[in-house]
Amino acid sequence: MAITDIKAFAHLTAADIETLGQELDTIRRDVEQSLGERDAKYIRRTIRAQRTLEMAARATLFGSRNRWAWGAGVAMLSVAKIIENMELGHNISHGQWDWMNDPEIHSTSWEWDMTGPSAQWQRAHNYSHHMYTNVLGKDEDLGFGILRMTRDEQWRPLHLAQPVANLLLAATFEWGIALHDWSIEKQLSDVPRWQLMSEPNRAFGRKIARQVSKDFLIHPALTGPAWKSTLKANATANLVRNLWTYAVIFCGHFPDGAEKFTVDQLVDETRGEWYLRQMLGSANFSAGPVMAFMSGNLCYQIEHHLFPDIPSSRYPEISVRVRELCDKYDLPYTTGSLGKQYLLAFRTIHKLALPDRFLRRTADDAPETSSERKFAGITLPMLPNTEVWTESHWPVDPVTGERRGLRSALAEAKVALKEKARQEKEALREAKQALQDKARHEQQALRETRQALRDKAQEERRVLRRRALRERAIRRVRRRQRAN
Amino acid sequence: MVLKSVQGVREWLEAPVAEAKMAGRTRLDALRGAAARVTTPLLPDDYLHLINPLWSARELRGRIVSVRKETTDAVTLVIKPGWGFDFTFTPGQYIGIGVLVDGRWHWRSYSLTSPPNWTDPGSRSRRLISIAVKAMPEGFLSSHLVNGVPEGTVVRLAAPQGGFVLPEPPPAKVLFLTAGSGITPVMGMLRTMDRRAAARPGPGGWPDVVHVHSARTAEDVMFATELRDLHDRRPSFTAHLHLTGARGKFALTGLDELFPDWRERETWACGPLAMLDDIEKHWAAAGLSDHLHIERFEVERSAVGEGGTVTFARSGRSAEIDGATSLLQAGEDSGVQMPFGCRMGICQTCVVTLADGRVRDLRNGAEHQAGEKVQTCISAAAGDCTLEV
Repeated sequence: MAITDIKAFAHLTAADIETLGQELDTIRRDVEQSLGERDAKYIRRTIRAQRTLEMAARATLFGSRNRWAWGAGVAMLSVAKIIENMELGHNISHGQWDWMNDPEIHSTSWEWDMTGPSAQWQRAHNYSHHMYTNVLGKDEDLGFGILRMTRDEQWRPLHLAQPVANLLLAATFEWGIALHDWSIEKQLSDVPRWQLMSEPNRAFGRKIARQVSKDFLIHPALTGPAWKSTLKANATANLVRNLWTYAVIFCGHFPDGAEKFTVDQLVDETRGEWYLRQMLGSANFSAGPVMAFMSGNLCYQIEHHLFPDIPSSRYPEISVRVRELCDKYDLPYTTGSLGKQYLLAFRTIHKLALPDRFLRRTADDAPETSSERKFAGITLPMLPNTEVWTESHWPVDPVTGERRGLRSALAEAKVALKEKARQEKEALREAKQALQDKARHEQQALRETRQALRDKAQEERRVLRRRALRERAIRRVRRRQRAN
Repeated sequence: MVLKSVQGVREWLEAPVAEAKMAGRTRLDALRGAAARVTTPLLPDDYLHLINPLWSARELRGRIVSVRKETTDAVTLVIKPGWGFDFTFTPGQYIGIGVLVDGRWHWRSYSLTSPPNWTDPGSRSRRLISIAVKAMPEGFLSSHLVNGVPEGTVVRLAAPQGGFVLPEPPPAKVLFLTAGSGITPVMGMLRTMDRRAAARPGPGGWPDVVHVHSARTAEDVMFATELRDLHDRRPSFTAHLHLTGARGKFALTGLDELFPDWRERETWACGPLAMLDDIEKHWAAAGLSDHLHIERFEVERSAVGEGGTVTFARSGRSAEIDGATSLLQAGEDSGVQMPFGCRMGICQTCVVTLADGRVRDLRNGAEHQAGEKVQTCISAAAGDCTLEV
């Protein structure tokens, strides 16, 4: 079972979590107060660059019958679409630039270049996903309704198709998101399922019609004789954008260490606990400035989940301060290379396609997620009794005076679990040896008994034969005596 | 039948740009709409304004073409509006103007001092508008506009509005009572009357107008030369100047002596709140409230109270709240259908426009004013305010 008690899991007291929350609030206020002309310039420059790139790409595709022009057009259009999606659409719809008070760069008016309408995405993503991050049954982004991403979800035969479903989702990611948001929108706004002309349906239909006709009808038609290659180019650019956004999202949410939570955790959740849940539920990947920009700064997924409405360009500096907090409270800060993070997510997808009887670990100590129960039943060397967390009995390193919390506990639990497994194996081997010995002894005894029995039988037969001879001799003697 | 289908096609073409803030339809709309199918989800304007900031009707914009000093603390800004601006406003109306300071757009409303459809011969006959701004003590934006806004600055505009207007034709006898920057809407009216009179020479072009204006000293009088010139040129216009620095507040009882026929005049008054309250009482006592038009300027301050009356404009409800209750809570408690989401300030689905007044962000104390969009779940009233919901 996923995390039900974040305090126990994080090895923090209620007061600690409260202080941690205040420290994060301070980061938020500091950044908010320092927002100014430089930040505004950044987003305006990004918008200008993106639009220029897109126009250049569309213009280049007029010559798309030429192989080089096609390649250049696809590359530029893909990059333009990625920037539009990640650094612009996603972040502006989060309200990151609302502070500028610019009606054209505002969460209420920005429409992004994806099949789903921004407003529907905003409800599904900003509300459902960011408020209930990684809470089973509440955050529908957990596997997007088609993938089983935690052992807490019961296996169904359909999950055998996960490897294929994953590929399909990656290739058509914008459609997956659009359908996903559309169904959540209908669910949240209580629209009857079969009401065809409902507002969510109409908004969805209008947006799809415009998006599809733009890339697959109007732009190809405009390029005249090059329509076929333009069509292919647009499809390719959309595919590239889909694969990249899929990869970024999956690396932010599904590598090992991005924890899942149960609805129990939501009961009376404090602001500090909410922050902690965001921190423990997300994962970063390491990126240089270019890759950070191309991922919409979502390589800083942890920072994004803590402060979803703070300008993305500030995440790098925020991450330094968040890491310091993680060190101070001895909390894990999940990160790794893009490739490693993706492979971890990939492993989970394929592993969890199988029924539970093929899986060795449980939802309490699996690599992709664990719970506070992971620490029950093992003794960690540096920590006091791990099952009882009292404020007076607080785990502080007696030598350095540093806090010993979740990060150390996870590391030590890993060692302790390995040690436990080794000991169990050892015991098993000994037991096997003992059983073998016992069997040998018994066999030996059996053989001896059998021999003894055989000897005894022989002895008896000999006695019987002797007795028979003697009786025969006696009978012969008696016969002779009668005859005399 | 053919006409109808042409109309239909045109409407279909214009659909993507129908929501933009254009004043009326133009022939360009069909073209912009058609182009928007290519640029969707953006409008062609979003690309065009990268070349020239004024080539967009998505949001009204304008460029400040000249900044003229009126007094030591007041300027006239002459603005060339971009696409879609409605030049046929009514004199006396005000516009919203958004100015970029430190990366953030700040909105204020100022009265138009130019007549409608005004072309300035000095500016190659382009249609322009003008507003006059007086720096308020502690007024953040007015000080910025008076002291430092360079010519060429691009500003945002909100369509002209307001009911403090001069009817056409104007009444035969008019009285203007103004003080300080309260002269600005009246200046728009006077200039309009003057232009109309110039276009229709002869008697009756100018109604009988009396203008009583108060200012502290002679140097503080905005448009002094122009008023004197009008006074001299137009026999039926009387400008009466009252200097409060030397003679104290203008006593309304003095009207009987100065302009005994004031009761027969249709009156427009604009100035400090205390003065307007006095005028209202005086006119009510004379049983003339119907003939009095008043414009109250929003007072530009940096600190306001906690809590107040929240008015929900579209649903016509209001609630009295303290400084700690969120606007979302207040709306829901009074039965208003409020958009909502996370209730913790992260999802941006509860955002509505603040039509009037001020609100405060409960998380960091930041203040928002009229024209801005606010998150109702984490904002509280900072004085009386109106939400567009």
